[in-house]
Amino acid sequence: MTIPVEALRRAKAAEEPVADRRALDDPRAELLELERQGELIVQKIDREAISVMTKYGREKRIQKSHLWHHKSCGQCGHIPGYSTSIFWLMRKLGYDYHDPHDQTSCTGWNYYASATSNPAAQAAVAVRNFAAAYETGYFPLIHCGTSYGHYKDVREELIRHPELRAQVRAVMAKLGKPLVLPEEIVHYSEWVHALRHEIAAKRVRDVSGIVVSVHPACHYHKVVPGDAIYDPDIYGGQRTAVVTGLVEALGATVHDYSTWFDCCGFGFRHILVQRDFSRSFATLRKIEVMKEEANPDVVLTHDTGCVTTLDKSQFAAMAHGRNVGLPVMSDAQFAALALGAHPYRVCQLHWHSADYRPLLEKMGIDWEKAWAEFQSDLRRLESGEKRYLDWDDADGLNDDSGPH
Amino acid sequence: MTVTSSPPRDTDAHYKVWDVAGYADVPRETKARLFEQVKGDLRFGDYLYGCYECGICVGACPSAKFYDFSPRRIAQAAAREDVDLIYQQMQEDIWDCSQCFSCVRCPRGNNPGGIVTIMREVAVRNGLASAKEALVGYTRIIYKIMSTGTQVSPDMLSKDSFPDWGPETADVADNLDLWRRALPPETMHTTTTGWSVAESTLIELYLIWMETGALDMIAEVDPGLHTILLELMEERLEEAGFEV
Repeated sequence: MTIPVEALRRAKAAEEPVADRRALDDPRAELLELERQGELIVQKIDREAISVMTKYGREKRIQKSHLWHHKSCGQCGHIPGYSTSIFWLMRKLGYDYHDPHDQTSCTGWNYYASATSNPAAQAAVAVRNFAAAYETGYFPLIHCGTSYGHYKDVREELIRHPELRAQVRAVMAKLGKPLVLPEEIVHYSEWVHALRHEIAAKRVRDVSGIVVSVHPACHYHKVVPGDAIYDPDIYGGQRTAVVTGLVEALGATVHDYSTWFDCCGFGFRHILVQRDFSRSFATLRKIEVMKEEANPDVVLTHDTGCVTTLDKSQFAAMAHGRNVGLPVMSDAQFAALALGAHPYRVCQLHWHSADYRPLLEKMGIDWEKAWAEFQSDLRRLESGEKRYLDWDDADGLNDDSGPH
Repeated sequence: MTVTSSPPRDTDAHYKVWDVAGYADVPRETKARLFEQVKGDLRFGDYLYGCYECGICVGACPSAKFYDFSPRRIAQAAAREDVDLIYQQMQEDIWDCSQCFSCVRCPRGNNPGGIVTIMREVAVRNGLASAKEALVGYTRIIYKIMSTGTQVSPDMLSKDSFPDWGPETADVADNLDLWRRALPPETMHTTTTGWSVAESTLIELYLIWMETGALDMIAEVDPGLHTILLELMEERLEEAGFEV
């Protein structure tokens, strides 16, 4: 039978062309065009920035300082050393920042778990936070991978759909705020990646003997994937460069494993109300595979849910005699440790579940001494000597333990 | 639960079970109306371009490894506008999705996870049984995020809620106030919210929930929670000088 090529061509030509509305090539250019048309305001990068490359070659600039920290509810709530390590790194490098009270969660976790929201509400929450940053003059830096991915999705929806822009603009008008979006949506791990050589230059602990396995966070590199950072020198440009680039800059070794693309098992609703799935996936598809194929000293990742799921899921698996038992933390916590941060005062590792102490020992950190110092801090709080600890306490400047 | 229509469809092998896993069947017009809402979402055209049947989305999908769930079936049912199958998926499948978006590896550019997001929204908006069931036990989270502006709070780490997370989680619960006061950033000394959110910020968030219809959605799946949230928000908004 002959393939009716001409008939097929005629049929195809007769079809109405369908607009290809997949990911935008250059959302920054689209935003600037909308700003030119008076549709919205773009908050510009206005300090020194480092250029990096995104998946398909677009240049993305990462502002180094004067940053508005869009915190993560999961990090602040359950892994506070994740957030404090990001702040600590920024302080260590001498860059100013703003830690706002005028910030809500992106509400993305709830949205992906329960769908009890809608595009207008999600966009309005995002724009309200961006407007809050814009009012301060500080440029937004997003701590959570889900917030980062979700905001990129919101940006695409606002660019594509004028009716959504009109709806959000009307809501913002009631709040007395403009429809404003930043020139780039930047995840903290992109800031860490862009500044990895500056960070590595301040390393005080030898991590050359440390083997790391990396879990790239889904909402970082799968949601609006074209906007994630890639580098031809890292995985041949076939996988996001963040986290791995930092580990290599610090001098540790990355060991790969076959299920790197798999998610952590978080599932948004699953981690809260259907944890049998999260536990199974995290241990069977991630931790055990890492143990068998890479045998790392630590698992590093760059998102809230991933740290939580990979860390917390191991306890129940251990009870079943599974091949688990790997410490899990963020790239920021690992970098902070390498730069001399206190494991409890700054990195807050006592909030983690999987045993991190062998890693600390391998990094040359006396965790028993560090824990005693932290206990001494707590006694100062309990005695009423201080109500709260501050950054000087975290750096050991208020006792004889530091600086670290 | 009584099944009101639809005899067994032996010839329709793509259905899991004919009675939609125990949920009451509904007239076809209702299914068509629900699908029109899915299709009418402004994102639908951004998420669906066709299907090569390659199965890459299924290979990448974590939920497909543990549940009888397939992102390929989601994309195909939507593309075929198969309202019967779509209704079954809305009652049975969509809450299995992990929303990780591994399925966007699709060479055709589909976003099955995004289609699931839309289907979930429609399920919530219409008070489908699957939505009510999926959100049982989850309402405290909705209350937290809508009323405080942060979804995850330190005091959620109770021993009763997370016994499978190990004794370290119990240590957090036992020392919560003290350990929070030991955190260097002054925004993070809170126990009932992830960080300290300004009162004016909360007012703005409440206005967003009310103006965009997000608060109204709660009424369909949990009227009691909706009443609590509505009263809380109205009171705070009126105190702040807004006419509700």
